[in-house]
Amino acid sequence: MELVEAIILAVLAASTPLLIAATGELVTERSGVLNLGVEGMMIVGAACGFAGAWLTGSIFIGALFGIVAGTLMSLIFALMALGLAVNQVATGLALTILGIGLSGLIGAGFVGERITPAVHLAIPGLTGIPLIGRVLFGEDAFVYFSIALIIGVWWFLYRTRAGLILRACGDNHVSAHALGYPVLRIRTFAVMFGGACAGLAGAYLPLAYTPFFIPGMTAGRGWIALALVVFSSWRPGRLVVGAYLFGAVTILQLHAQGWGVGIPSQFMSALPYLATVIVLVLLSRARTGGSTAPAALGTVFVPDR
Amino acid sequence: MQAHQRMLDPTPNGLHSGESPLLQTLGLTKRYGDFLANDSIDIDIWPKEIHALLGENGAGKSTLVKAIYGLIQPSAGEIRWQGQPIVLSGPSEARSRGIGMVFQHFSLFDNLTVAENVALGLDGKESFKDMSARLEQVSKTYGLPLDPKREVWQLSVGERQRIEIVRALMQDPKFLILDEPTAVLTPQEADQLFIVLERLKAEGRAILYISHKLEEVKRLCDTATILRGGKKVDTCNPRLETAASLARMMVGGEIKEVKAPAGRKTTVPRLVVNDLTLAPSEAHGVRLEHISFELKGGEILGVAGVAGNGQDELFAALSGERLSKDPGTVVIEGIAAGHLSITQRRKLGAAFVPEERLGHGTAPRMKLSENALLTGHAASGMVHRGFIDTAATLKTVDRATETFDVRKAKRDPEAASLSGGNLQKFIVGREILRNPAVLVVSQPTWGVDAGAAAVIRQALLDLATAGAAVLVTSQDLDELAEIADRIAVMFHGHLSAPLATSEATREKLGLLMGGSSLEPKEAAHAVGA
Repeated sequence: MELVEAIILAVLAASTPLLIAATGELVTERSGVLNLGVEGMMIVGAACGFAGAWLTGSIFIGALFGIVAGTLMSLIFALMALGLAVNQVATGLALTILGIGLSGLIGAGFVGERITPAVHLAIPGLTGIPLIGRVLFGEDAFVYFSIALIIGVWWFLYRTRAGLILRACGDNHVSAHALGYPVLRIRTFAVMFGGACAGLAGAYLPLAYTPFFIPGMTAGRGWIALALVVFSSWRPGRLVVGAYLFGAVTILQLHAQGWGVGIPSQFMSALPYLATVIVLVLLSRARTGGSTAPAALGTVFVPDR
Repeated sequence: MQAHQRMLDPTPNGLHSGESPLLQTLGLTKRYGDFLANDSIDIDIWPKEIHALLGENGAGKSTLVKAIYGLIQPSAGEIRWQGQPIVLSGPSEARSRGIGMVFQHFSLFDNLTVAENVALGLDGKESFKDMSARLEQVSKTYGLPLDPKREVWQLSVGERQRIEIVRALMQDPKFLILDEPTAVLTPQEADQLFIVLERLKAEGRAILYISHKLEEVKRLCDTATILRGGKKVDTCNPRLETAASLARMMVGGEIKEVKAPAGRKTTVPRLVVNDLTLAPSEAHGVRLEHISFELKGGEILGVAGVAGNGQDELFAALSGERLSKDPGTVVIEGIAAGHLSITQRRKLGAAFVPEERLGHGTAPRMKLSENALLTGHAASGMVHRGFIDTAATLKTVDRATETFDVRKAKRDPEAASLSGGNLQKFIVGREILRNPAVLVVSQPTWGVDAGAAAVIRQALLDLATAGAAVLVTSQDLDELAEIADRIAVMFHGHLSAPLATSEATREKLGLLMGGSSLEPKEAAHAVGA
């Protein structure tokens, strides 16, 4: 019983940064921009988030530092890819390389320091319920926020006019421009939202997952978030499935290795990727037609004036 | 000159409902660097008027319309709305003043629903629910049926245009701009559109109608303004002009008439298609259904039809971009070629000109000589033991330039640097210079100015006279009537029996393009032809 509970808790913790970063990238990509710099924005968010929390002693301010750092990184991307219409793939890759270097520089002085990690919710009576108590009522604020975030993004994209306009920019920027929508401004906001989410997702790692900072601690999570967006066919609902599935298989294969299942560990380590890809591909097969990707994704737009 | 008197005010005084025009441009100028896209254009548009805007590609029609719709800012000059000078900050301001626009290349979003597409064209002051209700009401009132919940990619071209028109009408515009609205419609669909436009005019709205179908303009429009090279040439009453006189004003001279050379005789079958059925290669593709025809040397067969009815798939099957399992479905020069690759088919004497000039017909960033090599490597002696004979490729470019009057800045520029008409002349020329036995060409004069179109059509006729079999796919019925000996129509992947051009009236073709079959008697007759 306790093991099951522990596994569920570990799964939620492992999935949350993926979900937050992927939610941000989903919004960015839905506006038609492919920002491959998620890993770079995350790692800078992690370094700045830890620095903020260590300096002020507040997890909340640390998280804010992470958000601001991720947003600033995304603004570099916006300036290059939107303002100067540079190739988005190259810019995104450069942003990741920049982020990894920058985070090492920022975080160098903090390696080896510790902070008190984010507190977990405790509601007397509820949190104590066996099995589901801690899962539902004993998480840290990041977990609840990530769920609110993806619901909010779904609501924004499909239930608000602003969301419709954002999707329109991603589908056909020429048409959106012809109808008088400021495509580049809308995309800049979408990129900034993606950066803020990536920064927060990065900050989650040293603030809640492990209470210290080590260089390179995002360990490719930004790339996984990017892949999740693609395999979820740019849909928020499937993104949740993908993120938790990935987290779940990651944790389960660790336990399975611990129990001594006679399968090579390399294969077990590859399982989360394999399982997520298979499930999301099966899900996206359901659609009968129309393109699943935002049609204008990754294409440069220069309005004529 | 009579035309100049009419230019001042083409509508008799008593008919004007207001004292000043609804919309007026005064000396409107738009400069891109050194290039004058619009050179001080004056145009007056009155209520209850359908005003045609005529001109060749690059004459400045689109620039003028974009300025009126607030998409671009004029470099100089003034726009007056109901007598007052205005500066439009953008399309939404134009819309709020009562200017609506229906775009030529639809400004629709394929992956959004009809209702969402309409909502994006409005200001969003009403709830989505109210908007959907009003959408249904407007589409009913004007006889433009639409299902608000369907996604655009599922709709036909005619339905897509309906969305654009309904979207514009929902803003209750005083002035509506339509950019080549009938280019993609069947004659019957166009007739329905004209009924809607006449009704809008009767309601007191003004319409600016861009087209280069001159007969249509003569039939529908009260006034016509003609642009050439960015300048206004004239404003006239199109009903008092002939199509030829309007064309002269557009081109600024006589257009060389295309003449079928005498002494053309049909010979042996050179391209035969037997019961060709092919599943689509992509999700939105069209399935080719039992297509059969026989094309003899010296003959031009036209394939008409609304875009997206399988013409692209037919081209791919004929050119070898898609292979058929049964070799006998496509027979080139008596050899079963259904299973052969493009290069092998070229070696049999076939040549192909696809619809898309940049990216399909040519590699845009490669030089013309390199593009000549891309289709000529198989059978034109441009490659020796694996090495490119640069002199031979350049010679092809020079010959095409000379024979087909390709205008370009230097001897061997990048394909993308040529204008549409000149690049098309080069591509058609490149293939014709190989002396093909069979030429399959798709939309040969799409987006090409009248002069270049005449050169290309003449070249196709001359090629047929020399004994080749030519298959032309086109949406332009006038073009097919001009050059084809027989015309067949594609609809939903089926190809109708070809009609002799003399018997292929617009009505018959229109019915076939809309999917109706001709009367049994007619059909039987057509098979015999």
